[in-house]
Amino acid sequence: MSIAAEPREIRDDVLNGLQLSTQLERVWRTPSGWTGALTSVDHKVVGRRYIVTAFAFLLLGGILAILMRVQLAGPEKTFLSADKYNQIFTMHGSTMMFLFAVPVMEAFAVYLVPLMVGTRNIAFPRLNAFSYWMFLFGGCFLWISFALNVGPDVGWFAYVPLSSLQYTPTKRPDVWAQMITFTEVAALAVAVEIIVTVFKLRAPGMTLDRIPLFVWAMLITAFLVMFAMPSVMVASTSLILDRLVNTRFYDSSSGGHPLLWQHLFWFFGHPEVYIIFIPGTGMVSAILATFARRPVVGYPVVILSLIATGFLSFGLWVHHMFVTGLPQLGAGLFTASSMLIAVPSGLQIFCWLATLWDGRPVYRTPLLFVIGFIVIFVLGGLSGVMVASVPIDTQVHDTYFVVAHFHYVLIGGAVFPLIGAVYYWFPKITGRMLSESLGRWNFWLAFIGFNVAFFPMHILGLIGMPRRVYTYTANMDWAHLNLLSSGGALVFALSFALLLVNVIYSLRKGELAGDNPWSASTLEWATSSPPPPQNFDRIPVVKHRDPLWADSMSLPVVAGLSAERREVLLTSLAEAEPQIREASPEPSIWPLLTAIATTVFFIGSIFTPWAVLWGTPPMAVALIGWFWPTGSREDEE
Amino acid sequence: MRQTIVRNVAELPTYGYGPRSGPWWGAMGFMALEGMGFAIAIGAYLYLYAVNPNWPIGAAPPDLWPGTAEVAVYLLSIIPNEITNRAAHRQDLAKVRVGLIVMAVIGTALLVLRGFEFAHLNTRWDNSAYGSIVWLILGLHTTHLATDVGDTIVLAVLMFTRHAKPRRFSDVTDNVFYWNFVVLAWLPLYVLLDWVPRL
Repeated sequence: MSIAAEPREIRDDVLNGLQLSTQLERVWRTPSGWTGALTSVDHKVVGRRYIVTAFAFLLLGGILAILMRVQLAGPEKTFLSADKYNQIFTMHGSTMMFLFAVPVMEAFAVYLVPLMVGTRNIAFPRLNAFSYWMFLFGGCFLWISFALNVGPDVGWFAYVPLSSLQYTPTKRPDVWAQMITFTEVAALAVAVEIIVTVFKLRAPGMTLDRIPLFVWAMLITAFLVMFAMPSVMVASTSLILDRLVNTRFYDSSSGGHPLLWQHLFWFFGHPEVYIIFIPGTGMVSAILATFARRPVVGYPVVILSLIATGFLSFGLWVHHMFVTGLPQLGAGLFTASSMLIAVPSGLQIFCWLATLWDGRPVYRTPLLFVIGFIVIFVLGGLSGVMVASVPIDTQVHDTYFVVAHFHYVLIGGAVFPLIGAVYYWFPKITGRMLSESLGRWNFWLAFIGFNVAFFPMHILGLIGMPRRVYTYTANMDWAHLNLLSSGGALVFALSFALLLVNVIYSLRKGELAGDNPWSASTLEWATSSPPPPQNFDRIPVVKHRDPLWADSMSLPVVAGLSAERREVLLTSLAEAEPQIREASPEPSIWPLLTAIATTVFFIGSIFTPWAVLWGTPPMAVALIGWFWPTGSREDEE
Repeated sequence: MRQTIVRNVAELPTYGYGPRSGPWWGAMGFMALEGMGFAIAIGAYLYLYAVNPNWPIGAAPPDLWPGTAEVAVYLLSIIPNEITNRAAHRQDLAKVRVGLIVMAVIGTALLVLRGFEFAHLNTRWDNSAYGSIVWLILGLHTTHLATDVGDTIVLAVLMFTRHAKPRRFSDVTDNVFYWNFVVLAWLPLYVLLDWVPRL
């Protein structure tokens, strides 16, 4: 039973070079074929799937946006019926928020964080696989329901009483509520994985003040997910209970209260904006440092700003409810906190500008997207400060001004950095560069298309066009601006088509990237592109915040980990001192089986409450299968 | 890139306890998010309490004895739980086996008591918003209780098989740790469910 009694295993300190690489690859690789595809627990495989799936949902959500813009391009068009339009704007919002924006950010974290902190796999790799399957099944559930004309039609926020059984006696809101449960389970799982990966799996020497800014951003995002998402799970569960077993949470005739829904939803919904935006800032910091050729100015300022943003984001949800008749003191307080959050965001912007100012900027595509981000996000931030004020908000509430505002913030704050990140990390993930000339076209089409599509919406909102209307009459004088906006939307869509072309073309014909094509400073660039299954042949030792700039020729490493089985190095929370050589799980089919059992449970419970009873045993069996030791050596020490 | 070995970690242990280990932090993470779930549910309860002039709505407060009995059992359960914890740290397999069986029995007894508590709430989930939130909160905590009891039973069985290897003692301490959370979560919920309606 004791370790000493076993024959001494081969460690990475007795092997070298190709011998070591081959041996570790054999241990860490995902089996080929279907078995491998369904059982993989490699964070890179899961991360890639997560990214591709999230982009597939972006494509679907984008097609819906174009359909809406076609319908609204002129007055009294009959391209879409009112009912279809309601489903489409609900599907667009729900898809973009729950199936694209949050998952794609977590997907990048799943892929990059373990590489950036210098370890071999994410913490809890099986939970990671489970999370992906839950996300995939939840997204498919929503879209298959939509294809069967059971797509939700009550807005991405599903306000009661509209979403109550009385006013929507179909299954549509149930589909929405249960899709929420799927995606929140997936997001919460990734949040725990990221936190533990950053806390315990950092390379030796990567003290708290040497963690890359992108990793800091993802860590703070994970905490936001952890504290915000339970609220929407309580909300969606109580909504579905009201609809299925006659609870009375939102029934005002039995002591329930419709505004309780808004509080629960926005207590999640506002931090959600920062769950999407903060990873964007992490991408911006990573890209800026590389292309300005110097570290980001004010490293501690940026981190403290992110933390401050995280805390403040929980204190402004009520600004979504200014027209619900709040006490004046409450409205004043939430106006103040909504304006306050502009301060840490502003500090970061100044740090980035200072970085560009003091650096020697190289204007490649990723940096172009970052500059686009700064321009668009600042505009969105300014209209945000406007709507934080109660009198202005009361005027423009539920108008296209708000639609313009949040698209500036979300697309500017998250999608532009994200596309920049695609150009930046594509070489690492695939081993090939994206085309630079197509990239420049991509950026300019996106920048111009976006602004032409969304800037006119500010004006449309100010002259009174309400949100969520499927058409309007000619005498409202909204036609020209709407046509302009629809034209811009097409150009914006074209930019994404170009990105897709670039990706497909470059996957085959792109220039080979090499390990570190941008001469960047963080650890993911210290390994090959794409990284081998074991990420690093030996775990790096970090002595500098920008390790590859401090010494670009040689990498200090630790030795002594097993070369016969999967092992990762756990280090202490603050100082990253090595503590434990811990086993890392092998591929397993159980996460998939657990996800299938959970899916049956979730979908079944929409149709009968008894699904909670008969759906539980399969889940329990799958979980026991998951955790039961397999008898392999790492399980038996 | 050229590699320079600057340190050897071959002598480090392959498992550890508490904050040194990964699963302990995972358990912390799940406790934090589940604790947040409880906090949100408590917030919803207090919101409904604040907006309704009468509380409880159309029902008597829950009978006190089941919840109070649970409090007593929960608090006493900390003793065998801690004994199990210490036995696991000493890697004393025989004592750990006994400890896990005792904890599984206590957990099962609490599930039975929980059944009585539901029966003595004096309201149904569909009577009023009061009934709904009370059932939701109790249901939420029962899910935690049942999950932990299930986990304890599986772990107890595991410790009687050939898989009862040293690293499993770390799993036992994590299970002990999580049980403390189930106990700790119950105390404010007990005050909320059983005493706030009597204010």
